[in-house]
Amino acid sequence: MAEKNLESKFERHIKDVTFKILRYSGEGDSTKFEEFKVPVIGGMTVLEGLIYIKENLDSTLSWRASCRMGICGSCGMFINNFPMLACQTQIMDLKSDVIEIKPMPNYPIIKDLVPNLDKLIEKHKSIKPYTLRKEGTPEEIEGEFCQSVEELERYEEFTFCIKCGICLAACPTVATAEEFLGPQALTQAYRYSVDTRDQGYEERKEVVDNPLGVFRCHFAGSCSEACPKGVDPALAIQLLKKTIVKDSVFGKKLENNAKVLPITQENPKKKENIKPAPPKSVE
Amino acid sequence: MIKNLLGIKGWAFAGKFSLQRYAYILQRITGLGIILYLLMHLYVTGFKIKGQEAWNSIMQTVHHPILHFFEFLLFICVIYHALNGFRLILAEFGIGIGKPGRQVYPYTTSVDRQKGFFFFLMFLVLIIVLVGAADFYLLPK
Repeated sequence: MAEKNLESKFERHIKDVTFKILRYSGEGDSTKFEEFKVPVIGGMTVLEGLIYIKENLDSTLSWRASCRMGICGSCGMFINNFPMLACQTQIMDLKSDVIEIKPMPNYPIIKDLVPNLDKLIEKHKSIKPYTLRKEGTPEEIEGEFCQSVEELERYEEFTFCIKCGICLAACPTVATAEEFLGPQALTQAYRYSVDTRDQGYEERKEVVDNPLGVFRCHFAGSCSEACPKGVDPALAIQLLKKTIVKDSVFGKKLENNAKVLPITQENPKKKENIKPAPPKSVE
Repeated sequence: MIKNLLGIKGWAFAGKFSLQRYAYILQRITGLGIILYLLMHLYVTGFKIKGQEAWNSIMQTVHHPILHFFEFLLFICVIYHALNGFRLILAEFGIGIGKPGRQVYPYTTSVDRQKGFFFFLMFLVLIIVLVGAADFYLLPK
């Protein structure tokens, strides 16, 4: 039954598209392109094309994917020479009969389209991507931190990072300087430093303010263009530069002092004279 | 595992990326051109130590039309590098790239927000280069 459904699904396909995929066995240095013909139906994504190949044409093809909807950040690939998420790219939108798919550049290849993202995670960890407190950890403080909408908007955009690593694949500076921290880590460094609940700017500055850190960025803007979640890393990096220059040159330190609002026993917004719930109609 | 670093090709080839990526490449190339000129300039002016004759002979070589054209290229390099560099300095101080805010699809980025200013500067480069070309080749010396 399932097979019949699949057949009828592809009977009405719009056209055949050639997938030209860079294959690598996982050993040695040799890579080669392999071509597959994939029938395309309306709304079909590149990831669905890859699933079609694995199910019907070549089961040895490897790639990494999980959620199929741009949340997990696993399926970053170099599609027609632009780094994108395979699950968010529709085949018909590419407007070409041949789709060239390579693994994301600037990362070692493990097999076929699977990149090794260890460096990305290492760089991300190095900037301490969590709330650091000098006085009073959240556990010690009785109450909750206050934050205005303006304070939230300072960093909210940068919290949408899904660690797909596309920005590092797009970055022309990472292409020649492998150890450059890269847009992802620098954006997160800014995101945590301007959060009013955080007091770890000094610690992060040590990691970020060096020749392989924030000042290696020359604002090509490719990370922001390629980012599938609209995080705009280029903006965060420029603002981080500004923050560090303000501190180092003009002596204006970044200080975060979020007010702590004590937890009250009574809810101040509680309305009185609310009618009691009606009796249960069923047991 | 294969390293798969793009290397020099990564920064020298912009492909489908926007104009600012091309500006980044040009900024690097013009920078290299200016450094190359500096070395040549030091070499040529060094002839002053060797006396008047050596100086005259090197000046004759330098006034060759091809080298004159290279001088014009250098002029373009300096103008472009200065004005594009001005844009980058402003961006690094957070000027003209907008503020972070809530993102709604289709996303706008700092690169898009800066495009107008970028085009304005490139227009300025074009005008200065045209004026320079007139001075180099058309106006009587």
